[in-house]
Amino acid sequence: MRSKLFLGATAAFAVLAAGSVILPDWAMFLCAMALAKGLVCLGIVGMMRGGVVSFGQGLYYCIGAYTATLVANSFGVSDIFLLTLLSALACLLVGMAFGPLLSSYRGIFFAMLSLALSMVLYGSLSKMSVIGGTDGLNIAAPTFLGWAPEGRPLQTALYIYVVAIVVIAGTLMRIYFDSEQGLITLATRDNELRVEYLGASVRNIMTYNYVFGAVLGGIGGTIAALALGHVDPEFAFWTTSGEFVFVAILAGYLSVPAVFVAAIILELVRSFSNLYFPNTWQLALGIFLLVVIVLLPNGLGSLVGRRKGNAA
Amino acid sequence: MMKPRIGGALAAMTLAAGMAGPVAAADDTFKIGVITFLSGQAAESFGVPAWNGGKLLVDMLNEGGRLPAPYDQQGFGGMNIEVVVVDEAGGATKQVQEFRNLVQREEVDAVVGYVSSGDCLAVPPVADELKAFTILYDCGTPRVFEDGSYDYVFRTAAHATMDNVSLARYLKSRNFDVPSFAGLNQDYAWGQDSWADFTGAMTQLYPDAEVKTALFPKFGAGQYGTEISALLRENPALVHSSNWGGDLQGFLIQATARGLHERAQLALAAGDHVIPQLQDKMPDGIFLGARGVNGLAAQARGGELKELTDTMWEAYEAEYGTFPVQAPFRMWQALFGLKTAVEKAMAENGGTKPTSEELAAAMKGLSWDAPSGHIEMALADGHQAIQPNAIGTTKWNADAGKMELVDVEYYDARCVNPPEGIKSQDWLAQGFPGAQCD
Repeated sequence: MRSKLFLGATAAFAVLAAGSVILPDWAMFLCAMALAKGLVCLGIVGMMRGGVVSFGQGLYYCIGAYTATLVANSFGVSDIFLLTLLSALACLLVGMAFGPLLSSYRGIFFAMLSLALSMVLYGSLSKMSVIGGTDGLNIAAPTFLGWAPEGRPLQTALYIYVVAIVVIAGTLMRIYFDSEQGLITLATRDNELRVEYLGASVRNIMTYNYVFGAVLGGIGGTIAALALGHVDPEFAFWTTSGEFVFVAILAGYLSVPAVFVAAIILELVRSFSNLYFPNTWQLALGIFLLVVIVLLPNGLGSLVGRRKGNAA
Repeated sequence: MMKPRIGGALAAMTLAAGMAGPVAAADDTFKIGVITFLSGQAAESFGVPAWNGGKLLVDMLNEGGRLPAPYDQQGFGGMNIEVVVVDEAGGATKQVQEFRNLVQREEVDAVVGYVSSGDCLAVPPVADELKAFTILYDCGTPRVFEDGSYDYVFRTAAHATMDNVSLARYLKSRNFDVPSFAGLNQDYAWGQDSWADFTGAMTQLYPDAEVKTALFPKFGAGQYGTEISALLRENPALVHSSNWGGDLQGFLIQATARGLHERAQLALAAGDHVIPQLQDKMPDGIFLGARGVNGLAAQARGGELKELTDTMWEAYEAEYGTFPVQAPFRMWQALFGLKTAVEKAMAENGGTKPTSEELAAAMKGLSWDAPSGHIEMALADGHQAIQPNAIGTTKWNADAGKMELVDVEYYDARCVNPPEGIKSQDWLAQGFPGAQCD
C-alpha cells in the first residue's frame, strides 16, 4: 500500500513536472496558481472528511500571503523556502489559537464562524492604509536559495516548486487520511456520538484537521502571492473562500489528486469563459458549476472511487 | 492508487488547452487587449461607457477619415485595430492571470485598461516581466509610479490628486467662504485617498477651516440616512464627497430629499458621470469635477480642440443616445495617445509594426491632443500623464431638458498636478511647490 502510494506520488510529480517543458507560459502560470489554490482546498477536503466545511479558508490564504509580503518588504527576505516556512508557521500559530474554539462547532455554525474570522481580517486589512488598504501591496519575485531567475526560468522554478509542494502535501495528507486518526475523521462524519463512545476525542481530531488546513492555506497563499506579485485584502474576502469551497465540492472528499484536477479545471473554465464571453462569463461559470453538481454530487473523486469500488 | 491515471488525464487536458493556442496579429493589424469593468458596480459608471467610447473610436479609426488632423490617418498608422475585451471584475488576482493570458495566449500588441487602483498596482510588475506595452487609462492612485518605476507601463490620465486640488482651488477662486467642512467618502482606498488629498489641499488654501466630521460609509452601502443625519447635525459649510456610481446617486437623492444641499455646499470630486442617470434629480449649484476636462466641461470649453471634441461628442450621442461623461474621455485620451505613439514609432522604424520596446520609447515623455485637452507624459520619467482639469457648478436647463455646467474654471495641468520628482502627499503638505497657475 505504502509503496504504491510513493510510486503514485512519483508518477504524479513526473507528469506535473513535465508541464514545465510542454506548457506554454500562460498555461504554466495558470496551473501554478491553480495548484497553489488547490493546496488551500486540500485543507478544506481534510475538514470535509469529518463532515464540516470551512467557509473562511481565505483567512489562512490571506495570512500566508500577507506574512510573506510584509516579511519580504520589511526585511528584504526573498527566499521562497524561508518565506513559505514563515507563513506556514504564522498560520500554524493562528490555527492552533482558533482550532480548539472551532472544533466544537459543526455544520453551518462552523462554516459561519470560520467565515466571520476571515471577514474580520478582511475588514481590518481594508482599514490599514499603512499597508495599502484595499489596494494592497506588491511583493518582488522570489529567489530560490540565492538563485534569482527572471522570465520563463522564474515561472518554471515557481511551477516546479509548487508541484513539489503539492506532491509532498498530497502524499502526506493521503497518509494522514489513511491513518487511524484519518479514519476516525471519516467515522465522525457518519456518527460522531459512536466515535466518542469508542474512546476517541472528536474535538481533537477536528482541531488537527483545522490546523492542517490552516498550514496548507498559508502555504497556498504564500505561493499565490509570490506568483502574482501582489496581495490585497480580497485574499480574505468571502468570495475567495467560496471559491475554495467550490473546488473542494467539485473534487469531493474521496481523492486527493481530484482536488488539484478540480482546481485546474475551474481556472481553465474561468479563463476561457472570460475570454469568449466577456459580458456573461459569470453566467458561463455558474452553469458549469451547476452541471457538475447535478451530474457528480460526490465530486470528481467519486469517478475514481466508483471504479475502485472503495470509498476511501 | 489512481494517481497516474488522473495525472495522465491532467496532462492531456493541459496539453489540449495549450494547443487551443494563440493567434498572433498579422503585420497589418494592431491587436489591443482592453480590460474594463463589464460587470459589477463600476460597469455602469465607468467600464461600459468607457468601452462604448473606445469601441466607437476604434470603429471610426478603422473606417478612416472621420477625425480631424492629426488623427485623420486610418487605424494606427494604416494598420487595422483589432480588440480583445476582458471584464475587469473579479479582483487583482484574476486580473494578473488575465493579463498574462492576453499577452502570452492572445499575443496582443498592447494592453489598455484598468479602472481599479488595486489592479493598477498589481499589473505593472507583470507587464515589465513580460515586456508587454501597457497603458493604464483610468485608475487614480498616485502610488503606481510614486512607489515603483516600470519600463513598459504608462498612465495616460492624471492621477487622482488633481481632482481634489482643483476642487479646493475652485472654492478659493470663487471666494467661497469655508469656515468648516465635512466629508462623506466610500470606505476603501479611493475614498480614503480622496479625503486625504482634499483635506491636504484645504489645509493649504483654507488653514482656518474646521473639519467637522469625516464619514466613511461602506463601499456599496446605498443607504446614507445616518450619515445625512450626522451631516445635518454638524452643519458644515461644505460637504466633500468622492463617491461614485450607485453610491453617489443614492447619496444625492437621499441628501436632496432632506435638504442637505440647501444647508451645505456639496462638492463632488468625480461626480459628473451620474448626470445621465439623475438628470434633473441632480440638484443645482453643486460643485462638480470630472477627473479632467471631460464631459460637459469639455463641451463648454471650445477652443482649438473644439472640432475633435465635437466630432467625438456627436458620434457618441448619435450611437448611444446619451452624452459622454468622464469614462469615454479617459478611454479616448488613452487611444489617441496610443495612436500617436504607434505612428511616432513607425516613423522612426521605417513603417513596420512597432515592438514593445519601440512603443515604450515613443510613448515616453510624449504629448498629444485629446478631447480632454493637451496630455503630457510629464511625470515619473515620462510614464505618468498630467492633464488640465475643470470644475463647474451644476445648473439644470429646464427649457432644453438637460444639465449644464456653469461658472466653469479651467486649471492648467501644471497648476493642479505635482511637478516631477515629488510625491503627491509631500507636494500637498509643502503647499504646492512648483505649481504654475496663471
